[in-house]
Amino acid sequence: MVISNKKELDGNNDINKRKGFGSLIVVEGIDGSGKSTQIHLLNRWLRTQGYNVFFTEWNSSDYVKEVTSKGKKKALLTPTTFSLLHATDFADRYERNIYPLLRAGYVVLADRYIYTALARDIVRGCGKKWVENIYEYAIRPDIIFYYRVPIEIAVNRIISGRPKLKYYEAGMDLKLSKDEYESYRLFQQKIVNEYESMVKSENFTVIDGTRDIEDQQDVARKQVLEVLRAKGAIV
Amino acid sequence: MNLNKPINDKNNDINIYNIIDDNDSSTSNQSSKSNSKIKFLDSGIEYLQDVNLKGSFIVIEGPDASGRSTQIEKLTAKLEADGHAVVNAGLRRSALISEGIIEAKKNFTMGKRTMALYYAADIADQIENKIIPALKAGFVVLADRYIYTLIARSSARGLNKSWLYKLFSFAVEPDLVFYLDVDPYNLIHRVFQKNYSLDYYESGLDIGISNDIFDSFIKYQTMLRKEFEDIGTKYSLINVDGNKDIHTIYNQIQSKVDAFLN
Repeated sequence: MVISNKKELDGNNDINKRKGFGSLIVVEGIDGSGKSTQIHLLNRWLRTQGYNVFFTEWNSSDYVKEVTSKGKKKALLTPTTFSLLHATDFADRYERNIYPLLRAGYVVLADRYIYTALARDIVRGCGKKWVENIYEYAIRPDIIFYYRVPIEIAVNRIISGRPKLKYYEAGMDLKLSKDEYESYRLFQQKIVNEYESMVKSENFTVIDGTRDIEDQQDVARKQVLEVLRAKGAIV
Repeated sequence: MNLNKPINDKNNDINIYNIIDDNDSSTSNQSSKSNSKIKFLDSGIEYLQDVNLKGSFIVIEGPDASGRSTQIEKLTAKLEADGHAVVNAGLRRSALISEGIIEAKKNFTMGKRTMALYYAADIADQIENKIIPALKAGFVVLADRYIYTLIARSSARGLNKSWLYKLFSFAVEPDLVFYLDVDPYNLIHRVFQKNYSLDYYESGLDIGISNDIFDSFIKYQTMLRKEFEDIGTKYSLINVDGNKDIHTIYNQIQSKVDAFLN
């Protein structure tokens, strides 16, 4: 499976190679992989360096998140509507913020991007080609940091931090187990399998999420600087 | 048992079918089709491939003020008089999602792709939670517009047609689709008879076709008509001359529905 860089709405094939175009940096991984910590550090560092930075995270559109949240609370979402609502949320952030800011030369940091949808929706049973098509319009990132950790470590980080798991978060709709912690484990494993199947085809930069936070950040910063240098965007 | 509860009746929207028994014969003369495998417009919903449907799914398409609602009212009444159980569906009516769309549209800043997906989520919700259950139970489902309008609107706004067709491939295939084709100049008069004003989106003002709202409306509705022509080459739509009077249109629709159900 390769999701190639497709044309933008305005037909410009190589839009992100145009002069002045910004950089899209993405982190992916299951909850507890440490990706959010890393991207927050990148955010702070880039700002202090003087870059124009925009940070966006999954499921945060003001116009959609309440609907999604209500749907989740009442367990009303099917795999298809779950997928479409998250796709709507993403589209709003993309059209409103991500794309215009990239055009303006910003560094856009995304905590989760289209790969989250691809992993989760397919685990839920949506057709792979269907989901791929939904996100086909989105610009591909300059770099995708994939935080790889053993399932048990990631799961324990989440479970010991919070007492109760939410229905969809634990993948309860998939009926993997009646026990929500067991369900969560099995669900996350399936998601990891999807991520792993994308590592080569989507060119993920794999980061060992078991290393020290500072070491991980070091690796990430070096890579980010390389991206910025290649774009002639070093401040 | 009132099966035509108002769509906004949130408490009952999902639960209504809990009380319907597949063998319920109190609603006599259900559309007498035998069980047949579900058909989607394309690849369909991956996890619903083995569903059997008994009911009939009828769609009436057409622009704003084309007379759809009138036709649907008359048709619903006739079907119920004939002993069919009828359920109504349409755009932006999902209990969960419709309010989100309404709120979002208030701002006029929603992007085209976002709107396409929001409406897709709404219709998907109705398909899975209302339409399919109703068809499984043998109801006649009557939809006031369907994915064709969504494709037409979005394509007119520049979204890639192939992307749209693939997006809506999850939709259940209707048994009959009527398209009320109305001349835009006729249409605008009907709109004025209702409201004395033109709706922003139905005039295509968000696309920037023209600063003149009248010109914009005519051009935009002409674009939609062309889109429907295109859609008609891919899916089978029954063209109805919407310029004619209510009665003539109704007879045309009614006779085809009758022929299909019997």
